[in-house]
Formats: sequence, C-alpha cells, structure tokens
Amino acid sequence: MELRTRAAFLSAAVFTVLAAAIFLYTWDPTAVAALDLAPGVLWVIFTFAGLLGLNRSFAAELADRAIDGLLIAPIRREAVFLGKAFANLIFVLGVQLVAIPTVVLFYNLPLGWGAIAAIAGIAVAASIGLVAVGTLFSAMTVNTRLAELLLPVLALPFFLPIVTAGAQATVLVIDGRPLTGALDWMRVLVAFDLVFVLACAVAYPFTIET
Amino acid sequence: MHPVPTPPLATIETRGLVRRFDRQVALSGVDLSVGPGECLAIFGPNGAGKTTLLRVLAGLLDPSGGTASVAGVALPGGVAARAQVGLISHHSMLYPALTARENVEFAARLHGLASPRASAESALDRLGVLGHANTPVRVLSRGLQQRVSIARAFVHTPRVVLLDEPYTGLDATGAAALSAALEGLKSGGAALVLVTHHLDEGLAIATHVAVMRAGRFVLHERRDAIDPASFATEYRAAVGVVG
Repeated sequence: MELRTRAAFLSAAVFTVLAAAIFLYTWDPTAVAALDLAPGVLWVIFTFAGLLGLNRSFAAELADRAIDGLLIAPIRREAVFLGKAFANLIFVLGVQLVAIPTVVLFYNLPLGWGAIAAIAGIAVAASIGLVAVGTLFSAMTVNTRLAELLLPVLALPFFLPIVTAGAQATVLVIDGRPLTGALDWMRVLVAFDLVFVLACAVAYPFTIET
Repeated sequence: MHPVPTPPLATIETRGLVRRFDRQVALSGVDLSVGPGECLAIFGPNGAGKTTLLRVLAGLLDPSGGTASVAGVALPGGVAARAQVGLISHHSMLYPALTARENVEFAARLHGLASPRASAESALDRLGVLGHANTPVRVLSRGLQQRVSIARAFVHTPRVVLLDEPYTGLDATGAAALSAALEGLKSGGAALVLVTHHLDEGLAIATHVAVMRAGRFVLHERRDAIDPASFATEYRAAVGVVG
C-alpha cells in the first residue's frame, strides 16, 4: 500500500532532507566539528522520520475498519503485530537509505564504504528495536484523538537506550576508531532488540479491545 | 428397530450471553441456537445490542458472562473459531489503496486457501464484480465496495456467516447476487445470523426470527410460525414505534 501511495515515505524523505539542511545552516563549524555533529544529526533524523511512518502504521486499517478483517482472520494476534512491525521496518530502512547519504554529503564526512556499511549495520540493528516499540505504541494510540502527540510521548523514553547505543556506536565509526568498541554497543542493541521484539509481540494482543 | 436420528449440533449457540462495556450492559442474557442451513434474522432498534452480538460471535469481543460457541468451539475460541466465521459489518473492512482482487486475495491468504488468487476471482465473480477486480477500492461506488466486502467475507466458504445490514448500498443486481450467495451458503450447511432493519429482506431468507431490545431478545420464533403482516405490527410494538 505504501508503494502505491508513497505518502508516508515521501513525507519522511522530505523531512530527512529538510532536517539535515536545517542542522547544516544552524551549525557553527568553528565551534563544533562535522565529525562530532553528524552522529547526533543522523540519529535525530532516524528517530523522528521513523515516527512519521509509525504514526500512520495502523491508521491505514482504521478508516474502513480493515483492522477487523485482520483480527477476525484465523491468525494469532502476535502475527498481526509482527507483520506490521516488519512492514514498518522496511519503511524505516528506506528512510535510512535516504538519511545516511544525505548526512554524509551535507557534512562532507570523509567516510569509506566500510564505515558507511558499518553505520548502515548499526542503523538496521537499532531499527528493529525502534520499530517494535513504535509499532506497539502506534497500535495503542491510533484510536485516540491525540495520536500524533501521544505516540512520540510514549515511545521516546523507550527509544532512549536504543538511540543512545546506536549513536555511541556511530560516533566510534565516524571517528575512525577500531570497530571493536562499536561492537560492544552493537551487543547492547541486539539485546534490546530481542527484549523489545518479544515483549511488544506478547503485549500487543492486550492493546486490542476485546 | 430404526435408530433415532441425532439432531445436528447447533453451529452457533449462546446461553445467557452477557457483554458489558464498563457499566453499560450491551447484551443482558441472550439465548440463541442456529443450526446448519439455518438463518436467524435479528431485528431491533438502534442501540439494541445487535452489532455487539455479532462482534462477540465473530470473536472481536469476548463475552462478559454466559456461554457461547461457534462451530463447536467455545468462545473466546481464538484461531479455531475465527477460521469458521465470515463477517460483513457496517464498515467495508477493505484497504482503499488496494484493488478489489488484492483485498479478497489477501483475505484468502489469511485463511490459508490453496489458490488464493483463483478463490478471490471466484468470489468476486459470484458477486458480479470480477470486471472491477483491478480497480482500487477507493474508486468504487459504495454498492460495489459492499459487494467486494461480501466477496472478502465469503471467499473461504465459512460455516458461520454473520451479516450486519449486508444489503446497505446494494442495487437490485447486487442484492440478488448476495441473496443467491447466502442461499448457496445455507444449502452448503452454513449457519447465518442476519441483522437488518428491513423486514422483507430478513423474512425472505430467515428460518428463525428474533427481535432484540435493550440487550435481549423480546421475541424469538420460527419463521414459518410468523405471518409477515402481523409480525410487522408486533415488531413495531416490541420496539416501541408509535404509528
């Protein structure tokens, strides 16, 4: 559906480029080096561009109650959650495909393909946990009047450990330091991914009114 | 000595079914039994609990009290119960950005049908909308969307069919296609529960009739025990319609 409408992706892609540009124009290169600023910019963009897509995650099922068609189907509720989360993961990875080259270009980061691949790997690992949490809270907030406000308010505290680990790993990669340091943060990411995916899949059925 | 035939087990059965939303009681003790090939038509004013009853039987809501079973599975029955049910509700339950075929094929895949595409096309053809199979649902008229919604609900040939105002938005051709599909399901042994405000439509297909008010049945009889003319009067009296 997103391939057909591209509405959410285009919004997130435009946001990505605009956010990178705004940070660029408000950045004082004499005060902060590009290598120090870029990881924070990248992870702010990942987080908020991802939220743009997550906000719409269950909205597609709400208008004509297509969600009832999913809930009445002979599939486990957890499968509905995992399917949604997987679709959101594809969306978020697509946004990151725009964000990473944009930031590398705008901030003229001297990164080789190995470093870019490492950043992409960190982003993928973090996205799994972000998407699990975001999908669960999207399901919880979609029926509320303040869904677009409630989702970030609820989800951001849970994003914090993932974004922290991802940003720290990204700093080490961009700084050109040995990847072994980044691998420690990757282990933290993987641990959070496992916990969040499991916990959110188990919690999802309780977000449905029965 | 000839063996006494065992009556078929009810496909849908409830005893004292209760459903509450906080302090509001939507269903206050509903008893019903619908066997294979039978159709229970439920009439009643807005807010009587008809839609809530269908949503409980469909597995979208859990009972608060009493017992209910669908196709031999006690509710809440989970996956086993939902596999047997087809639901047509107030909403189309369709994805507007997807085509008619994609919507029905998606439902066929969710039900694990062996040939989802062929099953989807067959279902659309039965409802006379195969010609619009490649049209996005958002572009279709209300009546055509309703037919696609019905095709989605029937694609897996359910044993239990729950219908909430299914004739809404249908023209004569669509209504005839729906009636034919329902008769086909009935003759195949499905149990139907039909909620409608239209007495003629309900009485035409029903084997049993009920009038619901304030969460319970105030009238529940066999269709062949009812005179349509006097039933209309009884119905208006039961729901408190003046004139």
